[in-house]
Amino acid sequence: MSDWVIKVSNLNKYFGSNHVLRDINFQVKFGEVVSIIGASGSGKSTLLRCLNGLEPIQSGEIVVDGVKINGEKVDLSRIRQSIGMIFQSFNLFPHMSVLDNVILAPHRVKKIPRREAEEIALELLGKVGLAEKAHSYPYQLSGGQKQRVAIARALAMNPKVMMFDEPTSALDPETVNDVLDVMKELAKEGMTMIVVTHEMGFAREVSQRVMHIDEGRILEEGTPEEIFYHPRNPRTRAFLSKVINI
Amino acid sequence: MQFDFLALYEALPALLVGALATLRITALSIAVGLVIGLGAGLARVWPNSFLRSISSAYIELIRGTPLLVQIFLVYFGLPALGLNLDPFVAGVLAMGINSGAYVGEIVRGGIESIAQGQMEAALSLGMSWWQSMYYVVLPQALFRILPSLGNEFIALLKDSSLVSTIAIAELTRTGQIIITRTFKSFEIWVGVALFYFIMTYAISRAVRYSEKRMRYSE
Repeated sequence: MSDWVIKVSNLNKYFGSNHVLRDINFQVKFGEVVSIIGASGSGKSTLLRCLNGLEPIQSGEIVVDGVKINGEKVDLSRIRQSIGMIFQSFNLFPHMSVLDNVILAPHRVKKIPRREAEEIALELLGKVGLAEKAHSYPYQLSGGQKQRVAIARALAMNPKVMMFDEPTSALDPETVNDVLDVMKELAKEGMTMIVVTHEMGFAREVSQRVMHIDEGRILEEGTPEEIFYHPRNPRTRAFLSKVINI
Repeated sequence: MQFDFLALYEALPALLVGALATLRITALSIAVGLVIGLGAGLARVWPNSFLRSISSAYIELIRGTPLLVQIFLVYFGLPALGLNLDPFVAGVLAMGINSGAYVGEIVRGGIESIAQGQMEAALSLGMSWWQSMYYVVLPQALFRILPSLGNEFIALLKDSSLVSTIAIAELTRTGQIIITRTFKSFEIWVGVALFYFIMTYAISRAVRYSEKRMRYSE
């Protein structure tokens, strides 16, 4: 067993004739927190969606937890169980209570008995500070609360890695920190995380590694220290000067 | 011209029996149509393109030909293939197959109206396409299409008058028979229209009621 949970080699992705990801190579170690930064439309979200098979890739290889996920005869559902995915727009199921949102997949996919799944769900909702909302419906929650429920829902599948696609971009400013705090807590517990984010503070504080993606390429990669204080690439420097106002 | 209330009054019991027959044939046709329509609608969004084209062909064919012709095809056409159907069964079959095409389009529209993110979130949790459809997308879609389904049921109830042509004694046919005996066409057609209206109004109220009961905010 290698210590890599995700390994991407020579990944290329096109939307029609538009080459959106170009020769992407990177690896993520168990327990590592990697932030992906870059301008809108640079391909960061698309990269994340490729990693759990929501987007097909045209060439290259993606290995998650020792299993190659692209190619024929791949059981994507099985692989996705070990990858938690958090979306910018939450995507809670509006016709179910918070509790039912969290237990749906463990109960139906992993066949965990309902009662047991409920216990796990309540524990996870407690962990994200929303135990008292278990019987509310998504429309009764604020954006920050919805995103925390989404995190609990993903954690309920006991994933090996959590991926966050701009988790705070759709939130009111006052609820951003509640979500970031939950993510920091997760990082502290040793969860492997890949975070596409515009929150430079979070990327700097929490991640061990930062990747700057620009026009579908990994332009620069390094520790937060290297990327934020000593960026080598002029385009990275230009990007950071636009998004960080110190 | 005089309106002969007594003639209408005396026709009411017979018309009621006809109305009940209309209700019965419509209810069965709705059931057949829902089953076919759910399948056709799901097939239209299924990842398998073979099923998709079969379903499209079915929907196009049915929507492109008159119900009356479909009824004749089933009732008079199938015996040519050695399949003799009782008029009632032929009527239900033709109307169910017809309704299935419209319900199929409604179901497809409902599924496609549910944000892509719902399917993606369900798949990302490790659910199969079918589980995601069944537990996440379809319940929301069915809720959303309830008013359109209600309209389809009402249209079908009214179109059921066409099976009077294959000698099923439903409401329209019953009216015709009474008129040949009494010659009170105005009074009897008023009575027939009244019974149709009562039934369609009841359906529209029932749909509105179930909409209210199932309400959730998005």
